[in-house]
Amino acid sequence: MTRANWEVVIGLETHAQLSTQSKIFSGASVAFGAEPNTQACAVDLGLPGVLPVPNHAAVERAIRFGLAVGAHIAPVSIFARKNYFYPDLPKGYQISQMEIPVVQGGSLRIQTKAGEKIVNLTRAHLEEDAGKSLHEDFQGQSGIDLNRAGTPLLEIVTEPEMRSSEEAVAYARALHALVRWIEICDGNMQEGSFRCDANVSVRPVGQKEFGTRCEIKNLNSFRFLERAIEFEIKRQIELIEEGGQVVQETRLFDPDRDETRSMRSKEDAHDYRYFPDPDLPPLCISEEWIAEVASGMPELPEARRQRYMNELGLTEYDAGLLTATREAGEYFEALRGAAKGADAKLCANWVNGELSAAINRAGLELADAKVNPTQLAGLLVRLTDGTISGKIAKELFEIMWSEGGEADALIESRGLQQISDTGALEGVLKELIAKHPEQVEEYRGGKEKVFGFFVGQAMKATQGKANPAQLNALLKALLLGG
Amino acid sequence: MNLSDLLNQGVTALSAALGRREVSAVEIATAYLDRIEQAQPELNAFITVDREHTLRDALTADSMRAASPTQSLAGIPIAQKDVFCAKGWRTTAGSHMLENFIAPYDSAVVQQLNKQGFVTLGRANMDEFAMGSSNENSYFGPVKNPWDLGRVPGGSSGGSAAAVAAGLAPAATGTDTGGSIRQPAAWCGISGIKPTYGRVSRFGMIAYASSLDQAGMFARSAQDLAILMDVISGHDPRDATSVDRKDSPCAKELDKDIRGLRVGIPKQWFGEGLSAGVKVVVESAIQELVMMGCECVEIDLPMSEQAIPAYYVIAPAEASSNLSRFDGVRFGHRAAQYKDLAELYERSRGEGFGPEVKRRILMGSYVLSHGYYDAYYLQAQRVRRLIANDFERAFTLCDVIAGPVAPTTAFPLGSFGADPVQMYLADLYTIPVNLAGLPALSIPAGFDAGMPVGLQLIGPWWQEARLLQTAHAFQTTTDWHTKRPALYSGLKP
Repeated sequence: MTRANWEVVIGLETHAQLSTQSKIFSGASVAFGAEPNTQACAVDLGLPGVLPVPNHAAVERAIRFGLAVGAHIAPVSIFARKNYFYPDLPKGYQISQMEIPVVQGGSLRIQTKAGEKIVNLTRAHLEEDAGKSLHEDFQGQSGIDLNRAGTPLLEIVTEPEMRSSEEAVAYARALHALVRWIEICDGNMQEGSFRCDANVSVRPVGQKEFGTRCEIKNLNSFRFLERAIEFEIKRQIELIEEGGQVVQETRLFDPDRDETRSMRSKEDAHDYRYFPDPDLPPLCISEEWIAEVASGMPELPEARRQRYMNELGLTEYDAGLLTATREAGEYFEALRGAAKGADAKLCANWVNGELSAAINRAGLELADAKVNPTQLAGLLVRLTDGTISGKIAKELFEIMWSEGGEADALIESRGLQQISDTGALEGVLKELIAKHPEQVEEYRGGKEKVFGFFVGQAMKATQGKANPAQLNALLKALLLGG
Repeated sequence: MNLSDLLNQGVTALSAALGRREVSAVEIATAYLDRIEQAQPELNAFITVDREHTLRDALTADSMRAASPTQSLAGIPIAQKDVFCAKGWRTTAGSHMLENFIAPYDSAVVQQLNKQGFVTLGRANMDEFAMGSSNENSYFGPVKNPWDLGRVPGGSSGGSAAAVAAGLAPAATGTDTGGSIRQPAAWCGISGIKPTYGRVSRFGMIAYASSLDQAGMFARSAQDLAILMDVISGHDPRDATSVDRKDSPCAKELDKDIRGLRVGIPKQWFGEGLSAGVKVVVESAIQELVMMGCECVEIDLPMSEQAIPAYYVIAPAEASSNLSRFDGVRFGHRAAQYKDLAELYERSRGEGFGPEVKRRILMGSYVLSHGYYDAYYLQAQRVRRLIANDFERAFTLCDVIAGPVAPTTAFPLGSFGADPVQMYLADLYTIPVNLAGLPALSIPAGFDAGMPVGLQLIGPWWQEARLLQTAHAFQTTTDWHTKRPALYSGLKP
């Protein structure tokens, strides 16, 4: 296989479950994990005569998304019925949006090893989820759980603009971070709140037309997304190089065997007989509503990243890390708010350095960090005002991480203050000079390296608590002045 | 007034008698139930009668009246078309599919009526899933026309219309998707109204074609219709297509003078296709309106002849999707034997649905199919828009439109068994109204060879009150609406 001769084309369709209290067209709860069929009302069961009524909160979340990706929010969009028979689809059709979706266009910025890239979105539309078929739990029968039926989803579709699994994963991660950042989706991939379908095709480098694509359904982790795409790329290239042809089809990824398998071909594809749902008038979104939603939007990650670089002078790397997730951003904002007088770069260094390392070591999420922003702020304030040295600060952080406590109290109880008292330092230094006359002579004879020896000895004598700046100044004066 | 005369009166008279304590709701209900029992074997107007349930409701109504004298409608009996879900009543929609279905909720219409203390007499027969113009498509057998038992009552609300005409109920609910209230009202010689689309909540009403279905009423007079309309109208947050309006009650506007009213006569509706006998009656009725001080203007509805083809694309398309939920999985008929999922669907639906329903599901699935959608469904939607435009233009020239309801009177049972299309074509004067979403009613206008003929009045959107004023004025100077079929004059009491 000669991968270099082939260009990979990937488009993603992502289903993000919207974080509403109730379903998209009924008042039933959407809470996860309830007993089967206890969260399905007459509308979700598709009983005769009952009617869907759109959930305002689901539409509001679609608007938030549209604003966050700079999309056109359609003033009028249309709910359509997608007709097919399946036991976990109670009405025999899914209410979705087809010709006129609520969110049109927009884009997302992603970071890969090669740098930054913009991925354009085609659309995002509102739809209801189906129920769940349980084939394993019953002998010779299938169970149906309709708790999930009618759960609000936003299906977010990209243009076929990604060229590697790395880009696809970077996009999926960026989208995942964004939907959580704007709080429209909890992003819980195990529970299926965020799942991707990948459309993958390959074409010889330089060819304009797309190759035949396959759609890999329901990838519910970034690792599966990457592995499924990698497998699929390899499969398609090998197939073509061996003289075969890719057949347009839907495939499923089997994580146990690390491969994709054919689910149904284009020939078996349903004719969904889409048409506008006559039970639902066109969805109208006024300018006022959009403005109202916009006024409640948090600062978006990209805007914040720019601000961190331009106003706070952070590096692109630091700004990127601090805006990669809502949690990192909020931690940093809270830290900045509490750490009065501390330099932004110092704060960023600590969040991306010590804190991040400690979290990784402990295998925790930022939300569970054992040192909260207020605690860390206490530490950084003392570091900035010179009460403690950088070295001591790291030790103090370790203590706070493992034992808890506030910086000031720990500095006090453990005597971690820097010695900035000139008199005390002078005493220590004079003693050292008296003890090492040879080194004093060497220094005075021009061997400046010896200065470091005295600093080391002084730090040792003060258990690292000497204020480095004062120490340097004082030592120099004493050595030269004799 | 003795009880028998009272039963032949309408809602207004019953309400007055109940108010004066001359009679109780239980007595009235019992008397109607006795009549239903006598008439049911040959008329077959009801699918379900539950004497105990009805008498329980009547007792409740009597205590409502005792507790609150302002409950002027408590105790009025009503027949419910078997398409409105009601707690404690099975709702079949005239189908084997729902032969044993009992909904856990009340439809909005039933709920509104119950709130006022109306007493359900039973569940009226209908064409299966409201698909038909003769009531011959009911799984529970055809309804007969009380004026001639060899003829159909019209459909799809045939049971409702026959029950009111035969004096088995003073009023009945109905639904009208392409004429299913107006045509049986005309053929049974009673008054029936189909409101503006969105006026009455569709919640709990088993859907045939959602964008056309509208609930309405049958009664013996326009005055009664006005009272009933005021009960069932209004916005319902459970139906996204119901409209929030603050129109004044129809009953209040009833006596307004109609002199000077401009009555539009569609020039396309009196030519070929309209039977001579019906034409004479409808023209005389219009003449009557002129004598009452109305002014006639000819109007042009050029697109209305495209209404039937457009309707038979749109309605089956919606129906094919609406009826997908009847799959044998959660409720309704399930085949006894099946080897896999596909067979469960095929057999349950194959056994559960009748031939007309299957025909419309097939047509609807076809017109929505990939490659046909644009040519059929989208084209039909364009035609629909043009038909509405025709009406909009017409209503700049006139205040109401008057014309026939159907081209003939009720036809003999079995006339169109082999040729459904011929029956479809008979809905040419009612279907355009549904496509445009307009309010319209049918009132008795005379007879042709002993069978009743209806006059259709169509109003601009939301002008039910104007229609009812016109109809009421007509009924104050004519007595067609008081004629009763001789066959049912001997019911006891």
